[in-house]
Amino acid sequence: MSGGRPSAGRAASRREGPVLAPVFLGSLARRRMATLFSLAAIVLGVALGMAVQVVHESALGEFGRGLRTLSGQADLQVVGPRGGFDEALYARLATRPEIAAASPVLEIEARLTGRDDSLTLLGVDIFTLAQVSPRLLPRAADGGDRFAALADDAVFLGEGASQALGLRAGDRLRVQAGSEPLALRVAGDLPGLEAGRRLAVMDIAGAQWHFGWLGRLTRIDLRLREGVPADAVRAALQADLPAGVLVQVPAAAEDEAANLSRAYRVNLTLLAAIALLTGGFLVFSAQALSVVRRRTEFAFLRALGLARATLFRWLLAEGVVVGLVGGVLGVGLGHALAWGALSLLGGDLGAGYFSGLSPRLQFEAGTSAIYVLLGGLAGLAGAWLPAREAATVSPARALKAGDEAALGDGRGHPRLGVAVLLASLPACLIPPLAGLPLGGYLAVACILAGAVLLLPALAAGLVRLLPLDGPVSARLAVARLAAAPGHAVTAAAGVLTSVALAAAMAIMVASFRDSVDQWLAQILPADLYVRGGKASGSAYLDEALQARLAGVPGVARVDFIRHDSLRLAEGRPPVALIARPLAADGSDLPLVGRSVAGEGASQVWISEAMQDLYGGSPGQSIELPLAGRPVALRVAGVWRDYARQTGAVMLDLAAYRHLTGDRLANDAAIHLAPGASADAVAEALTGLVAPGVLEIARPGEIRALSLRIFDRTFAVTYLLEAVAVAIGLAGVAASFAALAAARRREFGMLRHLGLTRRQIGAMLAREGALTAGVGVVGGLLAGGAIGLVLIEVVNRQSFHWSMDLHVPWLSLLLFGGGLVALAALAAVVAGRQAMARSAVLAVREDW
Amino acid sequence: MQRRRFLLTLPVLAAGPAVAVDFAPVLPGRALVFPADHGAHPAFRTEWWYATGWLALPDGQPLGFQVTFFRVRTGIGEGNPSAFAPRQLILAHAAIADPRLGRLRPDERSARVGVGPAGFDTATTRVWVGDWRFELRGDRYQAEVTAADFAYRLEMVPDAPPLLQGQGGFSRKAADPRHASYYYSRPQLRVSGELSLDGRRQPVSGQAWLDHEWSSELLPEGAQGWDWVGLNLDDGSGLMAFRLRDAAGKALWSAGTLRPAGPSGKAQPMAPEDIVFTPLRVWQSPRSGIGWPVEWQLQLGSRTLLLRPLMDDQELDSRRSTGAIYWEGAVRVFEGAREVGRGYLELTGYGKRIRVG
Repeated sequence: MSGGRPSAGRAASRREGPVLAPVFLGSLARRRMATLFSLAAIVLGVALGMAVQVVHESALGEFGRGLRTLSGQADLQVVGPRGGFDEALYARLATRPEIAAASPVLEIEARLTGRDDSLTLLGVDIFTLAQVSPRLLPRAADGGDRFAALADDAVFLGEGASQALGLRAGDRLRVQAGSEPLALRVAGDLPGLEAGRRLAVMDIAGAQWHFGWLGRLTRIDLRLREGVPADAVRAALQADLPAGVLVQVPAAAEDEAANLSRAYRVNLTLLAAIALLTGGFLVFSAQALSVVRRRTEFAFLRALGLARATLFRWLLAEGVVVGLVGGVLGVGLGHALAWGALSLLGGDLGAGYFSGLSPRLQFEAGTSAIYVLLGGLAGLAGAWLPAREAATVSPARALKAGDEAALGDGRGHPRLGVAVLLASLPACLIPPLAGLPLGGYLAVACILAGAVLLLPALAAGLVRLLPLDGPVSARLAVARLAAAPGHAVTAAAGVLTSVALAAAMAIMVASFRDSVDQWLAQILPADLYVRGGKASGSAYLDEALQARLAGVPGVARVDFIRHDSLRLAEGRPPVALIARPLAADGSDLPLVGRSVAGEGASQVWISEAMQDLYGGSPGQSIELPLAGRPVALRVAGVWRDYARQTGAVMLDLAAYRHLTGDRLANDAAIHLAPGASADAVAEALTGLVAPGVLEIARPGEIRALSLRIFDRTFAVTYLLEAVAVAIGLAGVAASFAALAAARRREFGMLRHLGLTRRQIGAMLAREGALTAGVGVVGGLLAGGAIGLVLIEVVNRQSFHWSMDLHVPWLSLLLFGGGLVALAALAAVVAGRQAMARSAVLAVREDW
Repeated sequence: MQRRRFLLTLPVLAAGPAVAVDFAPVLPGRALVFPADHGAHPAFRTEWWYATGWLALPDGQPLGFQVTFFRVRTGIGEGNPSAFAPRQLILAHAAIADPRLGRLRPDERSARVGVGPAGFDTATTRVWVGDWRFELRGDRYQAEVTAADFAYRLEMVPDAPPLLQGQGGFSRKAADPRHASYYYSRPQLRVSGELSLDGRRQPVSGQAWLDHEWSSELLPEGAQGWDWVGLNLDDGSGLMAFRLRDAAGKALWSAGTLRPAGPSGKAQPMAPEDIVFTPLRVWQSPRSGIGWPVEWQLQLGSRTLLLRPLMDDQELDSRRSTGAIYWEGAVRVFEGAREVGRGYLELTGYGKRIRVG
């Protein structure tokens, strides 16, 4: 009370800063534990949001830079399906008067022999490349000249590729072409390519020849003559292109990637936002308790002439300081997290959106400032209500000591809570806005807010259910919860928020994983799978090899599978096309909803994502560009596809071959004859061609691998869950620390009345467990509801796939129980600290 | 003259393993047949249509111009069924020698023949890459070039049938007859057309010289470079002379032809010993550091000609494409004190040994 002299009081309105700062901001230091936990929560929230943002910006920036290198000064790009388009189109475009240069590109995912990864190989024409994308130009080793790049067996590696593969000029790059091994001569490097990019360049003629792409291109980059309007040319060119081939501005590819990963990024960012919310809530709980404890102090200050508004501002400043400091620390920690995530998981946080990139960390001052401000805002919001309450109380009333238990009315706002909760239902029906499930997020917010508002009612209800007998400590704990629910609500709300978040994520991830598992079993019915190569890859099974595969002893039936992609709309990623033998009624597909299957020849099965993105219901007709022609097909049904969130269509293989004339295959599903040994057949199959060419997998291996990838993808969400729980616990601990400090006199009184330290400890443990229990029960209920929203609305709208509900009861039970136990422990530890001073002193403490 | 072959074929050879190709040999005694021999000869390794000349702007300001279309059979991709197989390339160079600028304005285009922007005709002179083209229509040559900082469209009319170089178009480059080319020239081409320079399009007229030459064999061992002139003299006659030099600057082989004025003029080949190139003044390039002999005395039997450049700096740096720096410039011809004609002088191999640099 150093500032309590009258002269200082009068001066307060003019130059209160230096005098009052120790009173208010100093109080943060005096309740070190509570401040630290609030700070930690905000730091974590900001750090998570920042990390997700930075990782994504870096990855996307890298992706965009890579694209700009690839497309160079191209004004327009002609893109087609993965299977490419006729090169005659290039001859037509190259001679158009409005086009200054046309650079033909054949992009191949070259499968590396003896490795399970691939390398992006661009077949280019160096002469036109020089005019459109000069940074891709190859440089021959040892002063060779430009014609060195024309040799059909010469390949030029970007620095990233040569480092990753350990190859230098003069070495051989061994890849798979069709089902044959091919050794290309490393003849030099790509000096214009940014470091770290895995890319190889070779002459387009050699690429077409060696990889079986004669007559086909996958892209044409166009540079227009100066002064020619790109839009007009684009419209004119589009009219001249066959079905499924689009002309677009190069930025569209960047948008594709951004759109693709946006939903994922928004999901993560939102989780971080919820963490930040929890942080703000902890500031609220700490401030609320601290304000109650300092009521007398404020009353003195007011009596000495401190204006109501000044008191209000100073109390807000306490929260803002915590928030801003947390924001600054969080931004730093966020960058550190991002750095770690980038080096460990890659630019997509393990989700696989940006393959072949190794992004560098980028610092964005603007974004960082926004996140610092967000931290400050969380602190401000948390401090608002307690500050207002403290400022409104009249000094005369507050000077009557012993009133610190009055925190809120403790009854909450049950009607408002129900209303907010009910509002989440219509929010779920809002369709996605710009591809984002904003309605779903609104519903999640409504459920959280409603649950917090209803918490006091829930606490009161639970207390009424508890028996009022048993040991003295238990009766005291229940009585305390019944009498002063405000404290309990403050602590329990923190628990509720974090439990709800964690439970919702757990339910969603468990449902997803379970559904994926079942789906894998359904789409992998064969005994063995032969992979000729990834869909866009350099490897495939030609007809001769297909016949030889079918002729291997022990093979009863082979289903060949062909992969391609279709361009259906400009600026959207391509849709996958899968052709495989299908039952006419689609019974071998993971169908959802009704189907109207008929004869196989002209029907197509579309994935849920395809339906969401492009429309089409069973029975309707859709038009697909096949082999450069538009073909009308009837939608026979909708199937569930967890592999391709950009959409997929499935055709019967025979129908596909009839429509396109394409007789190659990528994969083969092998059904064994009765009694045949899978090992023996697998050996016979691989023995058909050079070693390492055919990859044989069993469904079990594919399933294990898929689930491993799944778990890696969700590693980040597990991390978020852990953090959410940590924040919740911090909240409980902080609340109890503050509460225990405020109840020192009560403890002293109880000691005087004859209770042992042990009994008080037990009482505190029960209080903690009860409070946390209320929060856990409320959190589980809210979490279940949020989980449903995540499954039915957020995931469906972001990723376009449905899943079956699967609640991990045991994990939730263990988690909830553990949280209650930890809360009890936190309460006891906090109480111990408070009881460290002697009981006599505690009771006398009255000023 | 085997000039740019030196620039072009060596890099192709260096390209690696793929030159197991039988290029058509250049044999003596084959009569050139027109118009078929105006066209391309894709079985041979190297071929060019090389036009150089003097232009005058409406205000009388003189300019030099050069346009060259090279056809190269690379020996690469002969067995490749891809339409992009780089069996034949078209490389084109163009330049304007502008004395007001004090140096050349060069530009170039390259492309493979197949699908795409470049091609040639075997029936008559017609070769193109992108919007650059050079062709013979009726009895007029047309050249069209749109470069970064200039553009021209020129029409060139010959005054006489082709001038066959060497023995009826069989032009030897060394004592060994393997080193030879098929070679004819079109001296005294009357030029008219339009030139765009610095955004201004102006009519131009002048005199030009065209070479069409094709061959398969490399220059002889020990050749360091060459000096070549193609001169349109004011009396209507035309004169071509070249010499190959060894590393010491000594002539390995020389040849020349004088075509008297008029359509009935019969070509007069000169004996190697009748041709003597003597450098008079060396200009050192500030960019490459190479000393170019830009003024010459040319002794042709009893005649003594003096060559003086339109400007000293006509150095052409094409290291990025053909791997060489050479000097290709407009020159005035003096006999005694009197200017008797104008033409082009080409100097190669004055820097480091060509191709090594």
